Amino acid sequence: MAEPRTSFEIGGMGHSVKRKEDPRFIRGQGNFIDDIVRPGMVYMDIVRSPYAHAKIKSINTEKALALPGVAAVITGETLKEYNLHMMPTLMSDTQMVLPVEKVCYQAQEVAAVVATDRYSAADGVELVEVEYEPLPVVIDPFKALEKDAPIIRDDKEGQDSNHIFHWESGDKEGTAQAFKDADVTVKQDIYLPRIHVASIETCGIISEFNSVTGQLTCWMTTQAPHAIRTVIALVAGHVGLQEDKIRVISPDIGGGFGGKVPIYPGYIIAIAASVVTGLPIKWIEDRRENLQADSFARDYHMKCEIAADKDGTMNALRIKTIADHGYADAACNPSKWPAGLFSICTGSYDFKNAFTEVDGVYTNKPPGGIAYRCSFRVTEAVHAIERMVDMLADDLDMDPAELRLKNFIPSSAFPYKSPMGWEYDSGNYEGALKLAMKKIGYDALLKEQKEKRERGELMGVGISSFTEVVGAGNSKDFDILGLKMFDSSEIRIHPTGKVTARFGTKSQGQGHETTYAQIIAEELGIPVADISIEEGDTDTAPYGLGTYASRSTPVAGAAGAMACRKIRNKAKKIAAHLLEVSEDDLEWEPGKFSVKGIPKKASTIQDVAFAAYTNHPQGMEAGLEAVSYYDPPNMTFPFGSYICVVDIDSGTGEVKIRRFVAVDDCGNIINPMIVEGQIHGGLTMGFAPAMLEEISYDEEGNMTGGSFMDYLVPTAVETPKWETDKTCTPSPHHPLGAKGVGESATVGAPAAIVNAVVDALSHLGVKHMEIPLTPEKVWRAINQKKAA
Amino acid sequence: MATQSITVTINGEAKSAEVEDRLLLVHLIRDNCGLTGTHIGCDTTHCGACTVLLDGTAVKSCTVFAVQANGREVTTIEGMVQNGDLHPLQAGFMEEHGLQCGFCTPGMIMASKALLDKNPNPTDDEIRWGISGNLCRCTGYMNIVKAVQYAANKLQETPAE
Repeated sequence: MAEPRTSFEIGGMGHSVKRKEDPRFIRGQGNFIDDIVRPGMVYMDIVRSPYAHAKIKSINTEKALALPGVAAVITGETLKEYNLHMMPTLMSDTQMVLPVEKVCYQAQEVAAVVATDRYSAADGVELVEVEYEPLPVVIDPFKALEKDAPIIRDDKEGQDSNHIFHWESGDKEGTAQAFKDADVTVKQDIYLPRIHVASIETCGIISEFNSVTGQLTCWMTTQAPHAIRTVIALVAGHVGLQEDKIRVISPDIGGGFGGKVPIYPGYIIAIAASVVTGLPIKWIEDRRENLQADSFARDYHMKCEIAADKDGTMNALRIKTIADHGYADAACNPSKWPAGLFSICTGSYDFKNAFTEVDGVYTNKPPGGIAYRCSFRVTEAVHAIERMVDMLADDLDMDPAELRLKNFIPSSAFPYKSPMGWEYDSGNYEGALKLAMKKIGYDALLKEQKEKRERGELMGVGISSFTEVVGAGNSKDFDILGLKMFDSSEIRIHPTGKVTARFGTKSQGQGHETTYAQIIAEELGIPVADISIEEGDTDTAPYGLGTYASRSTPVAGAAGAMACRKIRNKAKKIAAHLLEVSEDDLEWEPGKFSVKGIPKKASTIQDVAFAAYTNHPQGMEAGLEAVSYYDPPNMTFPFGSYICVVDIDSGTGEVKIRRFVAVDDCGNIINPMIVEGQIHGGLTMGFAPAMLEEISYDEEGNMTGGSFMDYLVPTAVETPKWETDKTCTPSPHHPLGAKGVGESATVGAPAAIVNAVVDALSHLGVKHMEIPLTPEKVWRAINQKKAA
Repeated sequence: MATQSITVTINGEAKSAEVEDRLLLVHLIRDNCGLTGTHIGCDTTHCGACTVLLDGTAVKSCTVFAVQANGREVTTIEGMVQNGDLHPLQAGFMEEHGLQCGFCTPGMIMASKALLDKNPNPTDDEIRWGISGNLCRCTGYMNIVKAVQYAANKLQETPAE
């Protein structure tokens, strides 16, 4: 991108403006959900199932109700009276709020205790007596599809198996023919295990209901407050909660990453409890509940095949996936995309043929299938293609970089139509990979590796050249529960030239208060310091679909720019009036209109703002404000090339990431400091599942690690020292040329790490390894090959 | 439930309360004293969001009973601003973009304070070990290390009073 157009004081695009949100956070003055206290507020805690599948024979609440401080115990029977015991998921599946007949996963909500303080509520939970009759458990999705498997969702009419959906994309026949005709085919089963976003703040709600006015106010940890309000109105409209009287406020959020998009039963129980008791109810889940019951990510079993010519020309890709969704399809994908945007799996390569199919399956595990800092299953797709390219390179005895460079979609081919039907907006894949190779010293590393191998030392180099698809999305193809995935911005310029701007999204750490202010500064030349950004309150912000899938800058950011342009059009008329010239005689530079050829004869945007309320032209409406609901014409396609160098201790199997170079291209950059921070964080959330994180279950459905003792979120000690760089290929259709960046690194990093580890062991005959690459797994790979 | 009278000095101010024996220090700080800058992220001493200084030592206040702090001094994030000036660690986190969502930040700053009190001139690796009891899900730690180095440099520049 060119040099910034605005001065540092104005702080438009390209300036590393310090974040406007930081002063409160560094002083401990953030306003997170558990910091909020309401008059008369009571606390809720939840009784959870120890079984993965069991009939509920009885629930005895007497002892709990007798405990001093306990105000109420809510059960499925309580909710059933109001027909609130079931709720829809965002995928139009259904999910229990509280069970009436049976539980379907361990840690499922069974009852809720409301008490005067947290401690009494927890005591009350201990006193609720639930009698269960265990039922057969299905944990493995392949077994769940067998004919004699117990039916988990026997509550759903016509559901006579555990199969949820079948979805496919691409040309099945053409791809089959390409595989028949191919010189070389390579196959690999790849499993991406269950993981959890584990934001450091867990989920929570405060629900307050006024029975006189019918007003319901919910402060809650949600990435999508407007959509959640609509869902609450749909779920509970029949008991009198109507959308105009529901206010959802999403305060400061301590990390989201996709985990705060779904509607969890705890939220609905708290809302119901506040309506039933008339008391403001606070529910804050603890970490164990968060890891054990909240929506998981991934759990994709992929059968991957790639077909190529002998010279390495890649012709066809085929992937068949079993998606384990647990008890309910509670993913948060756009409606028409039950497997998310998995069909981006042809990645950065010019395939002529491709076909993918995904089958969703119920198992006795918590529901979900949400993102983990990723745009709807893009990480799964990237992992599959980037592993397969390396496996093909190994099979052909070609250098993986050379094979990639040979098959990249050339930069001259954009806009590029993929065999899965995507139209990639822009890209320069060769540029990003070559920069990464240069930065890391690729050739020297290969030489070093050769020497080390001769000495018996294990060292590997791995590449991942990913392409993402983000910024959902155009309203023709993308909606959630029918709500089109536009986003919005409402900008008001006050008489003194200061700005209040509201957006339909919700930051969870991305720095929207700064980035959006910079977009307005860029478009109107008003200093960032004079702009206040608000999000997250459905009473004040315009309707939007929220923040996830890297969509804030591509969609709401674009809405901000478009609203500014509307304001600028009106401002120009006012400036012409003030300067007594025709609009055609004016030219704009950030912050002022001046008369062409007479630069001193000018009217600043602040002059115009004042005039808009004090001296506007006759016949013009007063005020200077605009709203934009932006419907993007296409998705954006950020990309990058990552190279990882690992050293492996052959005695312990420990993998050490020596270097990791990340070259990202997210188009034009609004705040370079924030973008780099997003990439650091994303890389770390790519490293985490590649090396450490996994949620697993035993055959009875017991989660084998439900705290941070077992679920290993990386600390500063394990986390590699990231080296970042960038290329810049603007999006041709985004008003600012930006593409979104929050998730690129999470999507691209795991494959680079796995490719490096497999490369380090390839001379031992290792072709593939599943994540997480624990020392035990690596040690076994080394020693099994040695033993064989 | 048995209760006790305790007095804890929090950020220089003596706070007296009648508390249940089982009350956690973090709840005394947050709920009884209304100092909500100290956060709870895991309840099991792993994440460090609740880190405060107890007589100058960094502790995870989710795993200390309030009664254990009786007669002792606690410093929380709210006690870091002195005479209206940010502590160099606070300034460092802002300058070096050492925070994103801000939830782990108070605990991270308190753990870093304890580190710099003991080791005023740490290497990058010493900082990484020093904050290894504190989880951050947003930043990837690179800029947190820079933020602590920023503070170490500023503190070295400032002559001791």
